[in-house]
Amino acid sequence: MIQLRYFASLRESLGIGDEQIELPDGIHDLPGLTRWLQDRNETWASTLADSRLHVAINQEIVKPDAAVTDGDEVAWFPPVTGG
Amino acid sequence: MIRVQTENFDPGVELEQMRRENHGQAGAMVSFTGLVRELNEGDTITQMTLEHYPGMTEKALEKIEQEANQRWDLTATLIIHRVGPLAPNDHIVFVAAASRHRKQAFLACEFMIDTLKTNAPFWKKETLPDGVRWVEPGTS
Repeated sequence: MIQLRYFASLRESLGIGDEQIELPDGIHDLPGLTRWLQDRNETWASTLADSRLHVAINQEIVKPDAAVTDGDEVAWFPPVTGG
Repeated sequence: MIRVQTENFDPGVELEQMRRENHGQAGAMVSFTGLVRELNEGDTITQMTLEHYPGMTEKALEKIEQEANQRWDLTATLIIHRVGPLAPNDHIVFVAAASRHRKQAFLACEFMIDTLKTNAPFWKKETLPDGVRWVEPGTS
């Protein structure tokens, strides 16, 4: 299983904050996982296409080509605005 | 030390606590306090809500604090960030650094708030008289 999390405006656009899924067969990295999610429907396709989004795996910001393995927590979010 | 909390904090109390625990080591304490502005981008804000990523937020703040302590010779550091609904003029964030001489504390304090703004997973949502909007980076 992998844990997926979505924050802020992204959570609102997708209508979901977190979910657990089986890591889909043949998916080993972030680009693959993102494409798999985008195949769900047009909302997912357009929302996750935003190039400004950041991704954290196991709560550390990662590069766009990062590997994804079973047990990971993967989070997508817009640029941060704290402080 | 870092703290993420919904409750308010008192900058004076926090600095006094830092001073009491200092035992004469530091000669300087520098702090930054961030407040909710009533006007942003020309619009009146009635409420500001801070969302964050529990777990990652604490890790990110600890990393910022560690890095400041590696770069400068500090005797104490503190980062407090509030989450949840806030009103105009409320405290949002407090950053403080203590050091033997003032220069190190000034530099460390600025580094911690600047890095927090780009690296810590917080998101601001503004409530306006006619709706809500997420704050865009660079405008907060």
